[in-house]
Amino acid sequence: MAKVVLDFEKPIYSLQAKIDEMRSYHIEGNLDLSTEIDRLEKKVNELRKSIYSNLTRWQRVQLARHPERPYTLDYIYLMFSNFTELHGDRNFGDDKAIVGGFAQMGKQTVMVVGHQKGRDTKSNLMRNFGMPNPEGYRKALRLFKLAEKFNKPVITFIDTPGAFPGLEAEERGQGEAIARNLFEMAKLKVPVICAVIGEGASGGALGIGVGDRLIMMENTWYSVISPESCSSILWHSWDYKEQAAEALKLSAQDLLDQGLIDKIVEEPLGGAHHDPEEAAKNLKKAISDELKSLKKLSQEELVSARIEKYSKMGVYDYL
Amino acid sequence: MAWFKRKEANISATEAEKKDTPDGLWSKCEKCGTMLYRRQLVENSHICYKCGYHFRVGSEVYFSILFDNGNYEEFDAGMISKDMLSFVDTKKYSDRIRATIKKTGLNDACRYATGTLNGQPVVIACMDFSFIGGSMGSVMGEKIARGIDKARELKSPFIMISKSGGARMMEATFSLMQMAKTSAKLTQLSEAGLPYFSVLTDPTTGGVTASFAMLGDFNIAEPGALIGFAGPRVIRQTIGKDLPPGFQTSEFVQDHGFLDFIVPRNEMKEKIGNLMSMLK
Repeated sequence: MAKVVLDFEKPIYSLQAKIDEMRSYHIEGNLDLSTEIDRLEKKVNELRKSIYSNLTRWQRVQLARHPERPYTLDYIYLMFSNFTELHGDRNFGDDKAIVGGFAQMGKQTVMVVGHQKGRDTKSNLMRNFGMPNPEGYRKALRLFKLAEKFNKPVITFIDTPGAFPGLEAEERGQGEAIARNLFEMAKLKVPVICAVIGEGASGGALGIGVGDRLIMMENTWYSVISPESCSSILWHSWDYKEQAAEALKLSAQDLLDQGLIDKIVEEPLGGAHHDPEEAAKNLKKAISDELKSLKKLSQEELVSARIEKYSKMGVYDYL
Repeated sequence: MAWFKRKEANISATEAEKKDTPDGLWSKCEKCGTMLYRRQLVENSHICYKCGYHFRVGSEVYFSILFDNGNYEEFDAGMISKDMLSFVDTKKYSDRIRATIKKTGLNDACRYATGTLNGQPVVIACMDFSFIGGSMGSVMGEKIARGIDKARELKSPFIMISKSGGARMMEATFSLMQMAKTSAKLTQLSEAGLPYFSVLTDPTTGGVTASFAMLGDFNIAEPGALIGFAGPRVIRQTIGKDLPPGFQTSEFVQDHGFLDFIVPRNEMKEKIGNLMSMLK
């Protein structure tokens, strides 16, 4: 049961609290409340279904940011075995906002790389809230190249509020680091599968997000800017984040409709944090299915199909 | 005299870009305030002949400076944005596009053309900041992709002149994907062994910096341009400190190793042409 309750989830939790209270009377006070409890349980289940199946885009953004949501390392431990983390960009340092290394999915060795957020203040400071610096992207690139060398597929997990907008990040070439990754990922000779598991904010997400397949978990978002920043730029105020989220059409379903992603992975009711094992099982199934289909392609076919896929993205008209 | 005076220049459209400003005989330098005789300013590639300030200019000026005798053939000039998402902020995106086309006389923030530079065939794509801040949407991505294809077809170098605030928010994830699209296309240019000159002009930020603008075989900038990934305002908010003087200028970016060289606009053609002939 989640400890952090979002505003729109409150009716579910207050009803659930009522049921729990009744249950304690039922046991301690020799009162037979079982029919009433059954009735309320049915009601809370219906309420859950109706709330979670009618989420607004902003509510999805909130779920994508839920502090109890599984992060990259959680999925890695739930989905793979033998994870061997590899550190550093061999140049400047080791960015802890991006983690990666070889792991095994069944018998298949894969290179897995993802953004990593922290759970509390201390770990969030260490992970820089999942906002990478240039050395993070360069570490990722080093690992992609390593995977290519040993002919192992690449799997990336996207979950970032954005690349870090700091002074040192600029000095060390944040723009160049991301650009280089887009260029190199486009021509990697091994299958690349990218999965948005939380937040996909702009270039910071795309910096490890160019691949043969892009899949999104059900309650995630992916766009060119966060709803808050969009509100601040276009409305000149921070108060229009709900409208901005609607306007950006940034949910998994939106992106599937726009033809920009390949698949949505279903989450447990209420979000991945309600049952991380189940969420990881679904994600693993989706990734291994995609890997299976990509393995049929030769290296040349793989790269040319990838470039073709991105070349087709975009809509325009003529006067 | 005002009590408080802005020390640094604000980011705004400059005189040279505002089409609705009547063409006078004189222009005032944005930086040093010198009154400049307009004809002389144009002859000097829109560089202040007193302080060297580079006025912001659009594709028309760059094409006339770089292509021999100002002759070029433009492609896909009639390509315009489509409001796929029915995007509405304080204005409808479709209305914004219509109004901008009317105001600027341009159809998008990017144009591409072929011609010769010092007698050598070349493809040049150039941005116009006056068109929604030079922002990159699907049209820009597609035009750059086609410009790259044209260069591959002609076996010619590709020159990209960037001047942009970044990706266009009103096309949301579509505009984000243009970063991947243009970078993916550049791998094909590279594969063909053709030179890519990326010219960064004031300003080049956001998704443009984080994709094709930083991927040149030669990254070249005009002096004093703002070049960065995050905008200065965002960085100031993040670190809660004032930024050091000269931060994110061309000179700063070159010092940190991300530019090959800085060249004044009126010497750019010679410098690029020279490199092109050495690579032939």
